Amino acid sequence: MIPFQQVLDRHRDTVWRVCVATAGREDAEDAFQEAWLSALRAYPRLPEDANVEAWLVTIAHRKAIDVHRARARRPVPSDTLPERAAAPAPAPSEEDELWDAVRALPPGQRAAITLRYAGDLRPIEVAQALGISAEAARRRIADGLQSLRQEVQPA
Amino acid sequence: MTPLTPPSSAPPPGLVERLIDRAADAGLLDVAYAPVDTPLGTLVAARTPRGLAVLSYADVNGGVDAVAEQLAARLSPRVLEAPARLDDVRRELDEYFAGRRTRFDLPLDLGLVRTDFGRRVLRAAAAIPFGETRTYRDVAANAGNERAIRAAGSALGRNPIPIVVPCHRVLRAGGGLGGYTGGLERKAALLSIEGVLP
Repeated sequence: MIPFQQVLDRHRDTVWRVCVATAGREDAEDAFQEAWLSALRAYPRLPEDANVEAWLVTIAHRKAIDVHRARARRPVPSDTLPERAAAPAPAPSEEDELWDAVRALPPGQRAAITLRYAGDLRPIEVAQALGISAEAARRRIADGLQSLRQEVQPA
Repeated sequence: MTPLTPPSSAPPPGLVERLIDRAADAGLLDVAYAPVDTPLGTLVAARTPRGLAVLSYADVNGGVDAVAEQLAARLSPRVLEAPARLDDVRRELDEYFAGRRTRFDLPLDLGLVRTDFGRRVLRAAAAIPFGETRTYRDVAANAGNERAIRAAGSALGRNPIPIVVPCHRVLRAGGGLGGYTGGLERKAALLSIEGVLP
């Protein structure tokens, strides 16, 4: 097997993009770490002919959903009311707003769009990652793009 | 608006280092390696949770990436470059080459040495003090079989941790240099550092 370091070097940025796209910037760091730890744990059992990138993108997508959900469910404890609002987050870029819109899509479209454009998977690989037919994957990608166009298009 | 550009590209600085720490804490980092620059060229140092397992001359072994591939094949595919985990090895080698260290205090992992006799040969070599030499016959005897001179020589030739396990201190009976995993020039250079050769 190739050393895990080379897997990390080759796919680090793709995994990062999937984490940001799926979980948002705030949760991306946790998602990134959880994804790579999970991949490292399973790596020795990965078949030699596996598609490593699709495998990693699938793991990253799942972990990012888990991390994001876990945080959304966990209320922020607070005994006292803050006297003033916390420092404002850095202004979101246009690109971040677009991915915020992706995160607002129905789950099926959202997953397909994230894997296709943040994970750079081909539609057939998106289908395999989501356990759906290639036709269904293509349809979800097309529908997702259509919704985004309506969402983001200036009036 | 299509094509949809992916969100920006690279994880923030420090994130991968934190990941490696967590992997080690979780018992998932089987092999940590890093290149170490020395006056004799680049060495690749690699350790398992048990100790230093490999110190490999990069040039005679095909380069740093090739050494990482050998580590994956022979130890475990869970191999990560983690320079901070080899700080003690780097420091002790620096001190040795600066003439400020005559023995290494590093835990060793001889797991890459397949035979019991091979491990005994390397332990016998590790016991030779700085600045002294022994013959191949001496080492074979100290490993428990003084007639196994050839086997001792081949175990020393496959020493995975040269310098720290000082196989360079083993010479032919007549004083000839014999062989060396990193090339005879390096053997001579190490013996010069130790004052055995001019």
